[in-house]
Amino acid sequence: MSQFAFMNDLKTCLKMDDPITNGSVPRWQKKALESSSSSINISLNASKTKASTSLKPKTPTKNNITPKKTPKKTPKKSSANRCGATTPSASDRFIPNRSATDFELNHFKMIQQQQQKQPTDELTSPSQIEKQRVMAGNLCGDIDNKRVLSFQTKAPPPPEGHQNSLKVVYSHSKTTPCLKSSSRYIPQTPDRILDAPDIMDDYYLNLIDWSSTNMLAVALNSSVYFWNAGTGAIEQLLTLEGSDYVCSLAWTQDGAHLAVGTSMSTTQLWDCTTLRRLRVMDGHVARVCSLSWNQYVLSSGSRSGHIVHHDVRQRDHAVATFAAHSQEVCGLKWSPDGRYLASGANDNVLNIWPSVPGQMYSEGQPIYSFSQHQAAVKAVAWCPWQPSVLASGGGTADRCIRFWNCNTGVCLNTVDTKSQVCALLWSTTYKEIVSGHGYANNQLILWKYPTMNKIAELSGHTARVLHLSMSPDGSTVLSAGADETLRLWKCFIPDPAKKKETTETKVATSILQGLLR
Amino acid sequence: MATQQLTKNCISLKGSASLVKEYLNYGVNSILYQRGIYPAESFQTEEHFGITTFMSSNEKIKEFLTNVLTQIEDWLVKKKVERITLVINDVKTKETLERWDFKVQYEVGVTVGKEGEETGKKELKEIQKEIRDVLRQITATISFLPLLDRLCSFDILVQTVQDADVPQLWDETQPCFITNSQEVQLRTFSTSLHRMETFVSYKGE
Repeated sequence: MSQFAFMNDLKTCLKMDDPITNGSVPRWQKKALESSSSSINISLNASKTKASTSLKPKTPTKNNITPKKTPKKTPKKSSANRCGATTPSASDRFIPNRSATDFELNHFKMIQQQQQKQPTDELTSPSQIEKQRVMAGNLCGDIDNKRVLSFQTKAPPPPEGHQNSLKVVYSHSKTTPCLKSSSRYIPQTPDRILDAPDIMDDYYLNLIDWSSTNMLAVALNSSVYFWNAGTGAIEQLLTLEGSDYVCSLAWTQDGAHLAVGTSMSTTQLWDCTTLRRLRVMDGHVARVCSLSWNQYVLSSGSRSGHIVHHDVRQRDHAVATFAAHSQEVCGLKWSPDGRYLASGANDNVLNIWPSVPGQMYSEGQPIYSFSQHQAAVKAVAWCPWQPSVLASGGGTADRCIRFWNCNTGVCLNTVDTKSQVCALLWSTTYKEIVSGHGYANNQLILWKYPTMNKIAELSGHTARVLHLSMSPDGSTVLSAGADETLRLWKCFIPDPAKKKETTETKVATSILQGLLR
Repeated sequence: MATQQLTKNCISLKGSASLVKEYLNYGVNSILYQRGIYPAESFQTEEHFGITTFMSSNEKIKEFLTNVLTQIEDWLVKKKVERITLVINDVKTKETLERWDFKVQYEVGVTVGKEGEETGKKELKEIQKEIRDVLRQITATISFLPLLDRLCSFDILVQTVQDADVPQLWDETQPCFITNSQEVQLRTFSTSLHRMETFVSYKGE
C-alpha cells in the first residue's frame, strides 16, 4: 500500500507546472504577501510566471532553478505537515523507487504537458501545433482509463545474425559486381553528355523519345526540344504557357509526328518537319503521363488511371476509353507486333490488354493483371525478338525486374536489382537488356538475357536515371537523369567482325501522311 | 428479390470484424516484411484483395498472429478494443523504435432482424478497394522510414476499454512510447461499422 501513496506523491512531484493545491502556502508566497514591496520576492514571482509560460534558454539559470525546486519540496513538506498519516512509512526522505516508476510514460506525459502549455513557441506555427495536438490525440488518446493488453507468448525473435535486407534501399554500399567477363568492349564512360536544364525529376513522366529519323525529343519542363543526333543541331518545338508542363512524348514509327502529353490533360500532335501543331485531343481529366503508338492509334494514360485510345485519323478521335487503373498510369507500351498493350501504374499493377481483332486499339478488359510488383510499375519494355515477352520493373519498395510471357501469363523470371527500377530497354543488337536505377548508385546495368548475369554497370549520373531511350541504329543508349544531364552510352556497338549489314536508308513514307486530320 | 438485394449489399458486424482482422493480418505481415524484421526468405507471396502481399511462413509467427488476431476479432465484435499497436523494439536494449497504430472507431450501423443484429451498408468491393489502398501505402512507407539496422522484434499491444475481460494468456503491459517521435498518418478505411485509421510513428533524427 505504501507504494501507492508513494506513487501519488511522486505524481504530484512530477506535475511541476500545475498550481499547488494541497498543503500550506509555500513560505516564499507567504513572505510575498507580507512584504509585497520586497524586490527579491518580486523577482521570484516573476520567474515563476515566466517559467510556466515559456522555457526560453535565455532566462538566467537562477530563475530556472527556483520553480523546479519549490514544487519538489512543498508536497513532501505539506504531507508531513498535515497529519503524517498519508505516508505510513513516516519517512520524509525522498527515496526514488525505480522499479515502481514508469519513467517512459511519465516522461511522455511531461513532454505532452509542456507542449500543451507552450503554444507560443516561435518555431511552430498554429497549424503545426494543432496538427501535433491532433496527432498526439490519435496516437495515445486517453491512456489513463484504458487497459493495454498483450499476448503472453511472444512472437519469436529474428534469427541471430539476421541482417536487414532493406539496407540496400538506404546504404551506399556497392552492389556485388558479379560481372561476367564479356568478349565485347563496353565503354564505362558516356560518349557524350548533354545538358538538360529543368528536366522534371518526376518518376511518373516519360520525357524523352528518340525517333527512327535520328531526332531526339526532350521535354524540359514546359518546352520540347529536338536534338538532331546526326548533326547536333537543336530546335525548339513548343513552350506551354503558364505553369503547365509537358508530361510525355512519343514519336510515330516513321518519326514524322510527335505526340505530346501535357499537364492540361490534353494530348497534342505535332508535325516535326514544319514544326506545326496539327491537333489537340482531349479525353482525359488529369495529366497525360504516358503515350504509346500502335500505327494510327495513339494510346494515352493519365494520372486518373484512365487509358484513352485516340484514332488520329478520325474526327471523333477517342475510340475507346476505360478506367484501367486506380492510380496514375506511368508505363504504357504496345508490343512490337501490336497484339498486346502493357500498362503499369502507381497502384502497383501491371495489366496486359489484348487488341481488338482487326483494330489497332485494345479491349476494355485485361487478359492478365499482375499484382506481384510491390511498387509503382513505370519501366515496361517488350522484347524485340520474342514479341510476347515483357520486362517490367518496380519502384523503390519493389526493386525487381520481372519477365512475363503474355501468351501464357507466366512470370518467367525475377531479378532483385537492389535499387529502384526507373527504366528498361532491350537491346536490338545483342540478347541483352539495360535498366536505369535510382538510389544508391544511380547507375545503368546491362544484363544478359535470359541468364540475367550482370555484364556491366555504367555509373556517372549523380541522381536517379529517370528515362532511357535507344538510338535508331541500336548502338547507343541515351539516359536522362534527375541530375539534369543526358548521357549517351555506346554500349551496344555492333561487332565489327560480323559482316556489317548494309544500313538501309529508309525513305520515310509516313503511314499517316494525308490521313491525319 | 428485393430482400435478396438488401441482404447482398449489407455487411454484418461479424463480417466487418473479420474484414478488419484480415486487414490487420496482411498489414502486420507486410510491415514485418517491408521493414526487414525477419529474413525475406521466410516470406511467401499470396494474393489478397487484388494485391500481392508477403506473408510469413514461419509457423511460430503464424501461430502468434492467429492467436492475437482471433482475440482481437472477438473484441471487435463486442466493441471493446480501441487501438491495436504493432511495436517494433530493439532486441538488445528493448527500446521502442517504431509504432504502427491501428485506431478503431465504431460507427453506428442499422439494426435489422429479430436478434437486432447490426449491419452496415457498404459494398464489399468498395471496402476491399479502400483496404487495398492502405496496404499499398504501408508498402510505400519504406521510402521515408529510417532503416532498422539492429536486430528487432515485434509485439502487438491491444488497448481496450476498462471493462474488457482479460482472457487467460493475456497480460496488462505498458504502452510503449517513442521519445522524440515523428508521425505520419496513412489512409483511413471504413467498413461502415468499423473505421480504421492507421498511423506510423518512428524515431526522429
